[in-house]
Amino acid sequence: MSAAKEFTAPGMAVRTAGILFIFVIVFTGLLSAAYLWTKPAIEASAAEEKMKLVNEVLPHTEYDNDLLTDTVTLPVTPELGLADPSTLYRARKAGQPVALVFESTAPDGYAGKIRLIVAVRANGEVAGVRVTQHKETPGLGDYVEVKKDKNKARPWITQFTGLSLAQVSDREWKVKKDGGRFDYYAGATVTPRAVTKAVLKAVQWADAHRERLFAEGVAQ
Amino acid sequence: MITREEFRSIAGNGIWKQNTSIAQILGLCPLLAVTTNAVNGIMLSLATILVMALSNVAVASLRNFIPHEIRIPVFILIVAALVTVVDLLFNANLHELYLVLGIFIPLIVTNCIVLARVEAFAAKNPPLQSTLDGVFMGVGMLWTLALLGGMRELLGSGTLFGGIDMVFPSLQPIQLLPESYPGFLLALLPPGAFILLGCMIAWKNWMDARAAERAKLKPPAPVAAAGCH
Repeated sequence: MSAAKEFTAPGMAVRTAGILFIFVIVFTGLLSAAYLWTKPAIEASAAEEKMKLVNEVLPHTEYDNDLLTDTVTLPVTPELGLADPSTLYRARKAGQPVALVFESTAPDGYAGKIRLIVAVRANGEVAGVRVTQHKETPGLGDYVEVKKDKNKARPWITQFTGLSLAQVSDREWKVKKDGGRFDYYAGATVTPRAVTKAVLKAVQWADAHRERLFAEGVAQ
Repeated sequence: MITREEFRSIAGNGIWKQNTSIAQILGLCPLLAVTTNAVNGIMLSLATILVMALSNVAVASLRNFIPHEIRIPVFILIVAALVTVVDLLFNANLHELYLVLGIFIPLIVTNCIVLARVEAFAAKNPPLQSTLDGVFMGVGMLWTLALLGGMRELLGSGTLFGGIDMVFPSLQPIQLLPESYPGFLLALLPPGAFILLGCMIAWKNWMDARAAERAKLKPPAPVAAAGCH
């Protein structure tokens, strides 16, 4: 206590800076230690999360390869609304192509982008679609997310399942309000319209690029 | 150690007198964003209780080593580091809970309540009292956010505890108003939160004013009573 009084003004400043420095070192060290210690567990659960999501759009029984390693890194893809590179998963059974699982983004949601994960089978059928991220109005437009959909038996987003461009032409691939065949709930049209359009684009894109994608990076 | 009076004063301050949301009016940003239903409000508050207790106890234990001039940067450092560590630990070890609480933990960093309590209380008091202060401030926040979230949810979509199935899969939200209730969007949007929060603040002020009035009336002072009208 009495020692502190003997410091001159610059000495005081150096001492204060020193104390601040020690605090910075200690707490940054704590942070780094926590980061390094938790990293493996966090990565494992992130991979598990991803698989859970993939399993929702494509049943686990349909393929037998390790999806998380059989991937293609997509560059920025404007057709899918992807502004960042993302990962595409290739599902195969006994070496034969089964489905492509990839991300897609609807740029024109009511409140910004709606991110989707889409699985399209080798025959062009949608195996499943899920919304992974959105900012749509709670209680109004958020029924595109299965968890928020009040219709638990047949959530809105499942009506795409099993459809392909061979069955539903791109002119019909719209919500009913726009003359298409897909349902929507009154009060929120912008959200389902954006999702429907994004799914159509995803199916078209998969049809156009399927062969190249399944062949890419495969030795034989 | 802590006396009974001290405990009561800390608890009373946190839950009512200095209530973060309706007396100090702090941390409005997460408050508005999160209280679209009661469950979200409760979850944010639980995460805040944890972080406030931790940061208060950390600052209270270190308070004698922190020079007055640089206390604010040191507090920010401590709070930010603790929140991030809590976030990482939750993510790694309690992943199920993290999926529910996770999005709320980063919101707490932007919450000035934590820094305010550290500066106003933990920097001047021993660790035990400071921990209790953090917990009770959080409890005060818990009931206000639960009430605000519940009101917004009920007015906005006619349900209560929507999203509870994400926390406890066996429970279902309660549909209080008939299914045909058209919903009231304003209550779910930020302006609705401001309006309802304003009503709650008015209610608290009214309660306080009434309590003060009663306290004044109890010992009947003849002079004051005569000059009242």
